[in-house]
Amino acid sequence: MLKYILRRLASILLTLFVIVTITFFLMRIAPGNPFTSEKRLPPEIEANLNAHYGLDQPWYKQYAQYLVKVATWDFGPSFKYKGQTVNDLIADGFPVSLYLGLEALFIAVFFGILLGVFAAVRQNSWIDYSSMSLAVIGISVPSFIMAAVLQYIFAIKLQWFPIATWGSFKHTILPALALAMMPLAYIARLTRSTMLEVLNNDYIKTAKSKGFSERVIVYRHALRNSLLPVISYLGPLTANIITGSFVIEKIFGIPGLGAHFVQSITNRDYTVIMGVTTFYSIILLLAVLLVDIVYGLIDPRIKVSAKEGV
Amino acid sequence: MKKRFALLLTLLLALGMVLSACGGGKNSAGDKGSGKEKPKQEFRVNIKTEPFSLHPGLANDTTSGTVLRNTFEGLTRIGMDGKPELAMAEDYEVSEDGTVYTFKLRDAKWSNGDPVTAHDFEYAWKWALDPKNESQYAYQLYYLKNGEAANTGKASLDSVGVKAQDDKTLVVTLEQPTPYFLELTAFYTYLPINSKIAQKNPDWYKNAGEDYVSNGPFKMVTWEHRNKIELVKNDQYWDKDNVKLEKITMHMIEDVNTELSMFKKGELDWAGAPFSALPTDSIEQLEKEGILNIKPIAGVYWYKFNTEVKPLNNVKIRKALAYAIDREAIVKNITKAGQIPAMAAVPPSMFPENEKGYFKDNDVETAKKLLEEGLKELGYKDVSELPVIKIAYNTDEAHQKIAQAIQDMWKKNLGIKTELENEEWAVYIEKLHRGDYMVGRMGWLGDFNDPINFLELFRDKNGGNNDTRWENPQFKQLLIQSQKERDPEKRLELLKQAEKIFMDEMPVAPIYFYTNAWVQKDNLKDVAISGLGDVQLKWAYFE
Repeated sequence: MLKYILRRLASILLTLFVIVTITFFLMRIAPGNPFTSEKRLPPEIEANLNAHYGLDQPWYKQYAQYLVKVATWDFGPSFKYKGQTVNDLIADGFPVSLYLGLEALFIAVFFGILLGVFAAVRQNSWIDYSSMSLAVIGISVPSFIMAAVLQYIFAIKLQWFPIATWGSFKHTILPALALAMMPLAYIARLTRSTMLEVLNNDYIKTAKSKGFSERVIVYRHALRNSLLPVISYLGPLTANIITGSFVIEKIFGIPGLGAHFVQSITNRDYTVIMGVTTFYSIILLLAVLLVDIVYGLIDPRIKVSAKEGV
Repeated sequence: MKKRFALLLTLLLALGMVLSACGGGKNSAGDKGSGKEKPKQEFRVNIKTEPFSLHPGLANDTTSGTVLRNTFEGLTRIGMDGKPELAMAEDYEVSEDGTVYTFKLRDAKWSNGDPVTAHDFEYAWKWALDPKNESQYAYQLYYLKNGEAANTGKASLDSVGVKAQDDKTLVVTLEQPTPYFLELTAFYTYLPINSKIAQKNPDWYKNAGEDYVSNGPFKMVTWEHRNKIELVKNDQYWDKDNVKLEKITMHMIEDVNTELSMFKKGELDWAGAPFSALPTDSIEQLEKEGILNIKPIAGVYWYKFNTEVKPLNNVKIRKALAYAIDREAIVKNITKAGQIPAMAAVPPSMFPENEKGYFKDNDVETAKKLLEEGLKELGYKDVSELPVIKIAYNTDEAHQKIAQAIQDMWKKNLGIKTELENEEWAVYIEKLHRGDYMVGRMGWLGDFNDPINFLELFRDKNGGNNDTRWENPQFKQLLIQSQKERDPEKRLELLKQAEKIFMDEMPVAPIYFYTNAWVQKDNLKDVAISGLGDVQLKWAYFE
């Protein structure tokens, strides 16, 4: 197992290197630079700025410096938010997105699995059909529409929650719900279809004939085996959700990390682009690794370390 | 099955209890100020984004400007009547030739009790001009003697024309007489900073805290980056008796629809310009409800012509294109916020006669005539021989609609074929600066209340904001002369003549003059919005 983990960590480093390199070149290909503005800066000032940030050096030198920065986790100052470093931005935004993301994940996983189990156990009943219809809606409706609807119903009409901004726990509920809708629906469907397969297996029939109650069969035996696809899905989903959704954070005015992914590109804020892309990649790669390890723990039939990666 | 149902029910009940415990239901925790007794003097507004920087020397955007204008105070301040009034300066004298201003400062304190001295002004202005500090707005200080030279490294900071003669006397020497200098001293790049603190702690401006001190009507007590800023009344302010607001909360919500919803629900006291913007499709409805406020500001939306590209190198063709636009239709059906059709370059707030302008709006007849003459001059037999004209704009719904309308107008009225192209902002502006365009959409908001602000954009062919590659020696001469003219009436005359040349040659087709559109709480009074569209809350209060 340990050898496996070490090998995986090595491949993560390699993947990171490729990602970081591609990001660097894509960033520089786009026309424009951090100082592009309506009023052209006097050439001396622009030259000064470029020299200070090392933007006037040949590309291979810049690339080398960039790699060093990534390795030492010192991405430098943001061009757009004067006085703040990239690390400041990540340190300010990530806890917010993380909190919101974990809340949304909890809702999605808990209710998604519950819904999926109910639908599978009561296959073809009204429970099944209604929950699956809800699931389709949840997957198809874009998150910003869901967000606007939630705002309208719960914040404006019923006035149960604030419309936006970030402050107390109240402020987190609507955005967490909006974030959780799609994953919840997807997890429900996933759980349902896997559960249906599992319930048809021989050992379940054996358990039934042994006289176990439905609750024991479903929750003690069938559920565990149905979770594998959900766990695979959870890997990238977690990485995605905890780093923040640009759309949800914008609509609810939440100062999370999500906005930076899009705005840093619009602003040509090179250091921030570099920082958040690397940050996200690391989280994603670690999440996938975690998922692979958990596979081995949950299902003894899967030998994780035996051959190359899963 | 019964057991599982029971489990689910219990879970739902538990969730419900948790929600209601924290939710607490009602939102109006007495934050409404409905005038039974004296309403709370607390103003909640959305400034839309995180300010670029809250250091007066580094700020280069309206968001930062809005915060700084209310927390700091310069030598002068733009009053409620739109004219500069003395603020930190108690009195001033101008030399005979108009290049030396001597300001006498009043007794005033920083929010931590330190006295405001002339050294604070000298330090602040020199800091902004120091090329090391990379201020992008340092050019506003180029009116000072050797300002540009110091900023571009050609002269020392010591030679810059600002000197604190003593604690209360500031002597400013200008490059040349600048009739609107007292307007400039109200601008944020000219604000003072506490030199004692700044020298001790060069990072003083990056966060709120005991080192972030200011000398204006309010002081900043909280700065949660990208979330909100909180200001409270500054009890060390010299004119604090005239400041009525106790607290200002500035949120940073990027989504304008969310902002409007919050205003309607009572969570904000203001929605829209100049702090932020109203969603364009809500404007018509708000007007019908009778709560929309509109105020013209000194800004213009125009189409720049690349005068080095055929056929736009021909004056008659350019004029034909400009005359054939139905501006009234555009402001009535597309922008819908009471904008004024622009047939001149300088906004009516500076030249009132420009409300009428230099030519008739939608003058298709004259346009057709000019087109014919232009075609002949260029050697084309017929309009179909004209190269396709490309109209460029930065990606945005409003710009797209306007471009489509103008494309249609040019086709219908003149038979001219056009193509539309759009790019993301940064890509677009680079294209324009490079000259890689034919017709490009742009706007300009005045920095200070003087017509030269709009005309000097086109003084030099390679000026930072020209992009049209047009230049005219007489135009240039008139602008240079106007800087030396001491008589304000004669000076405006010179500028008017310059504008006439500009409109005769039409390197730019003005479309409309901007307006600010907003909604606000009825009992909120005396929010001062200047002709440039910037806002001061010094005198504001809830009735």
